[in-house]
Amino acid sequence: MSIPASPDLPARPNVSARPKRGVLQKLARRPLALIGLAVVAVVVLGALLAPWLTNFDPDQQMFDGLTLTGEPLPPNATFWLGTDLLGRDLLTRILYGARTSLIIGIVANGIALIIGTLVGVTAGYFRGWVGSILMRFTDLMMAFPALLLAICLAAVFQPSLWIVALVIALVNWVQTARVTYTQTSSLAEREFIDAERTIGASSARILFRHILPHLVPTIIVWGTLGISTTVLLEATLSYLGIGVQPPTPSWGNIIFENQTYFQAAPWLVFFPGAAILALALAFNLIGDALRDILDPTQRGRT
Amino acid sequence: MIAYLCRRLFQSLLILLGISIITFALLYLLPADPVRQIAGRSATPATVESIRRQLGLDQPFLVQYGRYLWNLVQGDLGRSYIQRSEVSELIVARLPATLLLMVGAIVCELLIGLTMGLLAAVRRGSATDQSLMVASFVGVSAPQFVVGLLLLYVFAVRLNWFPIGGYGTFSHLILPSLTVGILGAGWYARMMRSSMIDVLRQDYIRTARAKGLARATVLIRHALPNAILPIVAMIGIDVGILMGGIVVVESVFGWPGIGQLVWQAIQRVDIPIIMGVTLVSAFAIVLGNLLADIVAPFIDPRIKLR
Repeated sequence: MSIPASPDLPARPNVSARPKRGVLQKLARRPLALIGLAVVAVVVLGALLAPWLTNFDPDQQMFDGLTLTGEPLPPNATFWLGTDLLGRDLLTRILYGARTSLIIGIVANGIALIIGTLVGVTAGYFRGWVGSILMRFTDLMMAFPALLLAICLAAVFQPSLWIVALVIALVNWVQTARVTYTQTSSLAEREFIDAERTIGASSARILFRHILPHLVPTIIVWGTLGISTTVLLEATLSYLGIGVQPPTPSWGNIIFENQTYFQAAPWLVFFPGAAILALALAFNLIGDALRDILDPTQRGRT
Repeated sequence: MIAYLCRRLFQSLLILLGISIITFALLYLLPADPVRQIAGRSATPATVESIRRQLGLDQPFLVQYGRYLWNLVQGDLGRSYIQRSEVSELIVARLPATLLLMVGAIVCELLIGLTMGLLAAVRRGSATDQSLMVASFVGVSAPQFVVGLLLLYVFAVRLNWFPIGGYGTFSHLILPSLTVGILGAGWYARMMRSSMIDVLRQDYIRTARAKGLARATVLIRHALPNAILPIVAMIGIDVGILMGGIVVVESVFGWPGIGQLVWQAIQRVDIPIIMGVTLVSAFAIVLGNLLADIVAPFIDPRIKLR
């Protein structure tokens, strides 16, 4: 869940300096986080092992994949989740579609985290006119209707897997920038940073040895929650037909391709839709648990 | 207060200006040629060039943007390339539908979200609390087009309770509002829960209980109003999230609002409409944020405007 950080809230010093060794153990004690981890594991395995899990090819249009009148088949013994409007096996397309979602989730979110942290840390540490320009630009991006921007961007570039990832990154870095900015600017005023400066430490040393390690928990939390946003945005763009282009399967474009059939063949919307929901939910559950563990000041509040 | 207002208004204007520059630049870079779309395939190169000149699209970027801005200041959003009418008229014609959808969505998300948050806070730590919080996560993790299509399938196609799509009566409004509202409901449920938990910890709640008031009275008369207030200010910030959903939800339900307008415009490279709708939605978002900040100190005197 992405709650926009209000710019007017006072900066709150982060309590836990770096992720503790027991994070994984703590995560394992939370049933919801465990469910999330399990879902992610299933999706990752499904994506990696897709060629071995199914006998079909994702683009293969099966002769017996449609009814005599040319309609998609409901779930049955051969095609476990049914077939789509071109007679392709839906399960196979969903498995291969998981690759698309995961690649975009990781790449787009990674780029967004890097841009966001870079902007946030630069603005928070150096302040001055650079900082103010960067943060005014971040404010501007927060007021941009995000989906509309993504749609415009996706229309500007010819959509391919990597372009879609880039578009999503260009829309999604803003939250990270806001959060890392608030933390960096409060850290930069603390005594131990002053002490470093007085003994003549360079900005690079202060940033990499002292500021960034403090930001790691925040980056981990926002990185996890961000994958969820990314997966949803990719699905939405692909559903509108301006994301990942068929025949490359993506959970969003499976629904896009088949929605004319959805009244007669609701499974074509239901299964890929459930996959999107499950993956987005899983990352939200993990991210929320991580926030509780890594940031004790937030415990029990959100 | 006045100084603060002036500064915020100025900042908001700058933000809108920035958004107009970025959107205009993006649309200028668009590889698809709007003139080809207008002229059609059979047009001769001479016709294409004359249309280009007519629309001023042969001018350099800064000239085009300067002219757009000059017109914008006078309240003119330009003319649609394809529909041959004023963009402002097209938007004004579609705006009521979108606003109606937003009001419906806000009602849905407050009703669902606040109730969920209240129940979760009162039964904090119980199974009810846990399942409500999972439900709120489902709400924020569900892609809106899937929610929309599923609601359509169950309540319109199968049960026949609501029309399949379109606009006009109250029953047309329910499913689209719910679709947009479910996302926000998850968000409000979590805020309401933490706000309510904060309030229930306060001394005055203990005092109220100690002087012998019934638990329900304390909850409804003393805790609820205080817990809801900080959330009211959030509705302004929520505009951005609501705006995000309109393109998708309006296209799922065939709802004739500005989301549909811009979506058709994007497909036909009708740049003036894309610009117009982007600016109008950015304006709504900026206004929402501004209102949220201005209202906050009235609701909660501890908040000071800086």
